Amino acid sequence: MSNISQATAVSIREAVDKHSLHGHFADLEQQREAAKLGMWVFLATEVMFFGGMITGYVAYRDAYPAAFQAGSVHMLFVAGTLNTALLITASLFVALAVHAAREGRRKALIGCLAISMFLGVCFLGVKGYEYYQHYLDHKVPTRSFQWDGPDPRHAEMFFVLYFFLTGFHALHMVIGISILGFIIYFAYKGRYTPEYHNPVENAALYWHFVDIVWIFLYPMLYLVGHTHV
Amino acid sequence: MFPLWPISASTMSGQVDALYIFLIAVTGTVTALICILVLVFIFRYRHSKHPVAEQVTGSIPLELTWSLVSLGIFMIFFLWGANIYVAEATPPKDSLQIYIVAKQWMWKTQHENGEREINALHVPVNRDVRLTMISQDVIHSFWVPEFRIKADVLPGRYTTLWFRANRTGTYHLFCAEYCGTLHSGMLGKVVVLDDAKYQQWVSGGGEMGSFAATGQKLFQQLGCANCHRFDTQGRGPNLVGVYGKPVLLGSGRSVIADDAYIRQHILNPGSKVVAGFKPIMPSFQGIVTEDQTLSLIAYIKSLATPEQREPVSNRPPVPKSAGAPEVQ
Amino acid sequence: MATSPQLESSSSTDYLNAEYGVKSWLLTTDHKRIAILYLASITFMFCIGALFALIIRLELLTPDGTLVEADTYNKMFTMHGLVMIFFFLIPSIPAVLGNFLIPLMIGAKDVAFPKLNLLSWYIYLFAACMFIYTILTGGLDTGWTFYTPLSTSYVSSSVVLGALSIFVVGFSSILTSLNFIVTIHRLRAPGLTWGRLPLFIWASYATSVIIVLGTPLIAISMALVALERFFGIGFFDPQLGGDPLLFQHLFWFYSHPAVYVMILPGMGVISEIITCFSRKKVFGYWSMALAILAIAVFGFLVWAHHMFVAGISVYSALVFSFLSYLVAVPSAIKVFNWTATMYRGSLYLTTPMLYALGFIGLFTMGGMTGLFLASLGFDVHVTDSYFVVAHFHYIMVGGMVTAFMGGIHFYWPKISGRMYPETWGRVAAAIIFIGFNLTFFPQFILGYLGMNRRYWHYLPQFQVLNVLSTAGASILGIGYLLPLGYFAWSIRYGRRVGNNPWNAAGLEWTTSSPPPTHNFGETPIVTWEAYNYDELPKDIDMRREETVVQH
Repeated sequence: MSNISQATAVSIREAVDKHSLHGHFADLEQQREAAKLGMWVFLATEVMFFGGMITGYVAYRDAYPAAFQAGSVHMLFVAGTLNTALLITASLFVALAVHAAREGRRKALIGCLAISMFLGVCFLGVKGYEYYQHYLDHKVPTRSFQWDGPDPRHAEMFFVLYFFLTGFHALHMVIGISILGFIIYFAYKGRYTPEYHNPVENAALYWHFVDIVWIFLYPMLYLVGHTHV
Repeated sequence: MFPLWPISASTMSGQVDALYIFLIAVTGTVTALICILVLVFIFRYRHSKHPVAEQVTGSIPLELTWSLVSLGIFMIFFLWGANIYVAEATPPKDSLQIYIVAKQWMWKTQHENGEREINALHVPVNRDVRLTMISQDVIHSFWVPEFRIKADVLPGRYTTLWFRANRTGTYHLFCAEYCGTLHSGMLGKVVVLDDAKYQQWVSGGGEMGSFAATGQKLFQQLGCANCHRFDTQGRGPNLVGVYGKPVLLGSGRSVIADDAYIRQHILNPGSKVVAGFKPIMPSFQGIVTEDQTLSLIAYIKSLATPEQREPVSNRPPVPKSAGAPEVQ
Repeated sequence: MATSPQLESSSSTDYLNAEYGVKSWLLTTDHKRIAILYLASITFMFCIGALFALIIRLELLTPDGTLVEADTYNKMFTMHGLVMIFFFLIPSIPAVLGNFLIPLMIGAKDVAFPKLNLLSWYIYLFAACMFIYTILTGGLDTGWTFYTPLSTSYVSSSVVLGALSIFVVGFSSILTSLNFIVTIHRLRAPGLTWGRLPLFIWASYATSVIIVLGTPLIAISMALVALERFFGIGFFDPQLGGDPLLFQHLFWFYSHPAVYVMILPGMGVISEIITCFSRKKVFGYWSMALAILAIAVFGFLVWAHHMFVAGISVYSALVFSFLSYLVAVPSAIKVFNWTATMYRGSLYLTTPMLYALGFIGLFTMGGMTGLFLASLGFDVHVTDSYFVVAHFHYIMVGGMVTAFMGGIHFYWPKISGRMYPETWGRVAAAIIFIGFNLTFFPQFILGYLGMNRRYWHYLPQFQVLNVLSTAGASILGIGYLLPLGYFAWSIRYGRRVGNNPWNAAGLEWTTSSPPPTHNFGETPIVTWEAYNYDELPKDIDMRREETVVQH
């Protein structure tokens, strides 16, 4: 028996010992492929979920382009751009974390995920600040909504979509940050090896998806009214 | 003995019934065929009579045939139905115009001569009638089974329906979109009268004068006339002759000034401002009811007749480059 | 020429008696036990939905309101629809038969994510509790379709809670489907290529894909209604420029594919039953499989045929009518192929077969009337009338519930190890068939005559047909009660069966009845085609004594 297959046998045994190979799977590879497919299928549902709301946005924007442009002017352009940068950087660190997991570098894995979590929390902080500013500015769509320009009704619709879209996105950010937290915990406990680190890969997939949703939201909400920065 | 379809009272009824009979005949035949085949097979191939199954597992030619034949029959169903639908969606010119405002849980009918009705609609026989409808609250639907026509009545948007009743009598009007507690109580009657009786009914007339006259009074009362003057000096466009014509917007697009555009403009003036004018018109949302809006539209429509006003316009001409005008 | 082997199984330990105790059931990750948990839950919810139906039919015995108030009646039809669709029909075959059979049919030990499977059931339970709480705290009277602005601004019932319970139950569907997709892709036994899969697997797969892609849209529709109501933020409010039609588009984009979610698993079951009781391979295997996929794909393209009079453009209406006819073609192909499967077969008229034959007749009638509705000029007259009610009940009850009953009877021996009493089974099937037709056929006539749906009062001339319909419903009810009785009886007193009492094809029949917890002693290696009835015994032993496994 060569050294390589001996090492594989040992790591499979380790994996089973550490309860990482579940009994109904034939081997780690089948388990990994199943987990990955599962996460992609789940992301498909998320695409459809956000897609529904984005369809609503597209429908109303097509009907009321001027009002949506005017609404977008009230977005905090600096905050939104900063958030985009934070999120993309966080995704970079998540990708680096996956790389570390594949190579079994536990400290790097934990460190990168921790930075991503931190950047994610910063994102939420900036978002909270934006929401607060909109509240002070009477741009939250309820009875207190105030609008000085023409077409206040459709401008209010822009803000409805803004809060719904970014609100659901923020909710997914919270979930994503929590998942990263769990991954850090299990990584600390030594659960992941180069042969078995499915949860890290799948958590990263989820994170990147939430990032991509933002990359759609940012131009739709912020850039519409800020074509000349 | 037992009616299988309602009385036919409009020019569409017979067409829809004919389609119905055709659908029953064709699908009934195919269904019967399948059922007979199944019964024959149950009898012929039951285990006691036919102990060993023969593995007949496929036949591409047969499958292709029955698939293509089905598709062909379906296309006939599609084309026949589409034909009727397109006809129902195209009101003839010179139809008698009637306005309907629906609300929980009643129908308000408004004739152009000023006649108003609640839960009733009097129309002349053998005359095209066009209904412009809107709801004050939730979605309703206007259904007259004897005419075989139906259209939803929406809040915030006009929908239209047309028919030509060809049989005098009184017919049922139902609300056909669930609208709350008394949905099943939102009934009405459509009374189709012959010419003489209709003239009699119509001349009974509204004391308020024609619907357009109601709109004119409102136009003055609400101050519309202050900006929408009938010369070139107004801060708002001159509305003479505007109804049904293309209008150039500030964005460069052009729209037809139809019922929907005028209504939207009264309620939300900032959204589609005419080119060359400032967006200073106040919104009348909450100030005018749907009935009143319709009366204003009737008035503006009446401004098209040349003998009423001189055709002096301060609206910008619509260049060819603005493209085909959008209809709301 | 390899036949499917009758594998050794330890006869004393099966999934039912492997462990005892409430905890072993409530914390199980065994897909078979989870299937039983679902069976109990959906049966319970079915009874609630049936109770609402009973009240509706009793009220409709007379043209005027006699039994309940208008508001109560409106709640009855709303909640009947919601319970039956979301808490009974959509989970029924997938969550019960799918959960039980998919791993067995593909030679796997369990589904890909067993713990997620259990979580799906708990989510279902939680949603059901939310909905029951909604019923108890005033109910819902928006119609199952939640049209805005009625649901957002004009009713005072428990809309937010009701909408959110639908949102939650959607997650249960999504997670189950996710599980099935991964299971079917990754856990098939060696040699079991896609072309050798039973059609039930194809149907379950297509259903799962529809659920995964469609359910998020109902989720967002319900979420937006709930948010609008709760925060007073007008997303669909016309006063804010909101478009009530946008709600309808979002709603129907899911709710139309949902009807294919409901019928496809039933079609899968019918294929299993007809092949077994004709002792034949299915006619046109690949046509059947591709037809399933075609229904799933085209099913996503036809949603606005629910909106022909809603205010969509003529152009849209033409397109959607055309596409609706296209989606009918694969369904027609399936009916023809089932009929052709019986040709020159060797037919047994067992209870499952009776249900399958009933399905062919009733689904065909439902499908044909769908062709009526897809025809624009016809639809204008009958939409929102009892014609539509009759159409969808023919498909959902005459089609889907019939298939479910057939499937439960067919797989009961595998699930419980016991046979149900055959004569009672046939009697119940006949009663159901008669009761069903008497209930719903008159409704086609009522609809064309001008009786509206969702009407508490109706014109007196419609009474005779309504009385017939209610009479039929009572017969139907009795028909559904009988199986509840005799299945319970069979658990204790039913004839015990061996691995394969029907001598049916498929891996699920090679293991014991009931199966052991891990399904197979050793992973099977498949070298035979689906429906290999040419290699299986020609006869089915229908004797009443204990059956011995035959080769």
